[in-house]
Amino acid sequence: MSNFKYVLLMAGILVLAGCSSPTVPDPGMTDDAPGSNGADTDGYGDGGYDDGTVVQDDSMAGELANVIYFDFDSSEVRAEDTDTVAGHASMMSGKMNINVRLEGHADERGSREYNIGLGERRAQAVRRLLLLQGVSAGQISTVSFGEERPAADGSGETAYAQNRRVEIIYTN
Amino acid sequence: MLKRIALILFAFAVAQTSFAQTNLILVGGEIKRTPVAVVPFGWEGNMADAPLDVSEVISADLYRSGRFAPQAEEDMLQKPTTGAELDFDDWTILGVDAVIVGKVVQTGDNVYTVQFQLFDPIRQTQIDGYRISASRGTMRHAAHRVADRIYEKLTGIPGVFATKVAFVSARKQGDNNQYSLIVADYDGENEAVIMESDDPIMSPSWSPDSRRLAYVSFEGSKSSIYVQQLRTGSRIKVSGEPGINGAPAFSPDGRKLVVTLGGVDGNLDIYVLDLSTRQKQRLTTHRSIDTEGAWSPDGRSIYFTSDRAGGPQIYRISANGGAPERITFEGSYNARPRLSPDGEKLAVLTLDRGNYRIGILDLDRRNLLVLSTGRQDESPSFAPNSDILIYATRQSGNGVLETVSADGLIRQRLASGQGDVREPVWSPFPRF
Repeated sequence: MSNFKYVLLMAGILVLAGCSSPTVPDPGMTDDAPGSNGADTDGYGDGGYDDGTVVQDDSMAGELANVIYFDFDSSEVRAEDTDTVAGHASMMSGKMNINVRLEGHADERGSREYNIGLGERRAQAVRRLLLLQGVSAGQISTVSFGEERPAADGSGETAYAQNRRVEIIYTN
Repeated sequence: MLKRIALILFAFAVAQTSFAQTNLILVGGEIKRTPVAVVPFGWEGNMADAPLDVSEVISADLYRSGRFAPQAEEDMLQKPTTGAELDFDDWTILGVDAVIVGKVVQTGDNVYTVQFQLFDPIRQTQIDGYRISASRGTMRHAAHRVADRIYEKLTGIPGVFATKVAFVSARKQGDNNQYSLIVADYDGENEAVIMESDDPIMSPSWSPDSRRLAYVSFEGSKSSIYVQQLRTGSRIKVSGEPGINGAPAFSPDGRKLVVTLGGVDGNLDIYVLDLSTRQKQRLTTHRSIDTEGAWSPDGRSIYFTSDRAGGPQIYRISANGGAPERITFEGSYNARPRLSPDGEKLAVLTLDRGNYRIGILDLDRRNLLVLSTGRQDESPSFAPNSDILIYATRQSGNGVLETVSADGLIRQRLASGQGDVREPVWSPFPRF
């Protein structure tokens, strides 16, 4: 079997095994480097794969973050995260069988339905970058959970910073 | 006098613990209470005791309103059950402004009559008298309706003791939450779980006949809007478009929902959905976030949150579409509009010196009054008498519900045993 078909088969098995709950980053992550160390993933993983065959881009092998964080009141993808988005784009571009769901989130402050809008804005910002880099619209779906699915409980800037995020979840 | 107050507090401390689900905690914001006497009701029937202590329910309702101090039974010099037995001197001695007497009479196998009379002992006149039929199952509701009448006769404001509240509860289960949509009596009794899910539930909205709830469910990791019949539990998905489906609110005639749709491009806008035809009419097109639609009581206008001016503010648009008009100009963040049923006031979530609080805007004079005092208050909802609001706040990191009178003078916290509670919505007046 070609490496590519093997990837798809394993991704499919992993999807069946456990893609029902979204990935969340480890809350013990430090404040000053969110998202830069690759979080454990659930929809796209390294368990059970042949080493080094999963990704096409060797420099990203096993280290591609699938959570992007945002500044307060902002839906702009930070400069330091554009490589991450580009890495996902290169994995998906031209491969019509690979689909992704972008889940947008906001911190808990303010009104819940308005926060759905903020989360969606962030998901759309990542979506637009993916589209610009050759991913097809049909490969991407978005959902916003607003403040309803925090990664970190509690109030205060540490929790808020971890909750303002978009999670990139491979769905097949 | 002090001893009488202590007795009253003790009597109601005992009464509070009998409210299994929700206790009342007074958190400051109290006014001087009017002393009244609710005499224990008489009972004429087959069994030893009445099915319900009706006078206790009435006393608790009057006490919870924040406006009355029901007298302790131990202080009563007589316990009449009809006006004929009443000796006004025995009541003017106690300094009460009103006396309520009554009885429950069994007239059939499961048929009862709840009757009461309301007296002014100073003027020595009867203010009201009424009789309600009830079964064992509806007797609590009948007692609340008696309290409603007494309240309205004494204050001029309709009581809301027979109404319900819907809210969302989130309970930790391992790493995730279990979400429930719950309906309870306004005092926390008779909690019923309407819907349960591993995925978030948001934005419940009552139909004007109190028979249905619309809500947002994230089952399947996407947002959809459902309308569910409360009596049968059956539900219909009324909006499941790609992208966001959110913020449903029933029109005053019950035939439409204002909803928020985002579509594939995620541009949130206000739509009106006709529930019988399922046709949608788009009202806004701006690339800003336009959401949280709320109807005016005459059904002609929709208020909504928009950040087209930079930050969220409240706008109003004709329900048939047109140009939105900005309503709020004070402060940098005003969201989540809700109209009072009398159409005179607008409740909002407003940022007040760094705190998210409930504000109330008089639509004529346009002055904004901040009603609540927390840091993360949200989701205000008017009672159908337009005189009280319920909202969500946080206490020690946990979501709890509070009520506040529309003038801000009376504030109470409801402590529920149901986990983290949020998004309370007050029902309309009951139909019977």
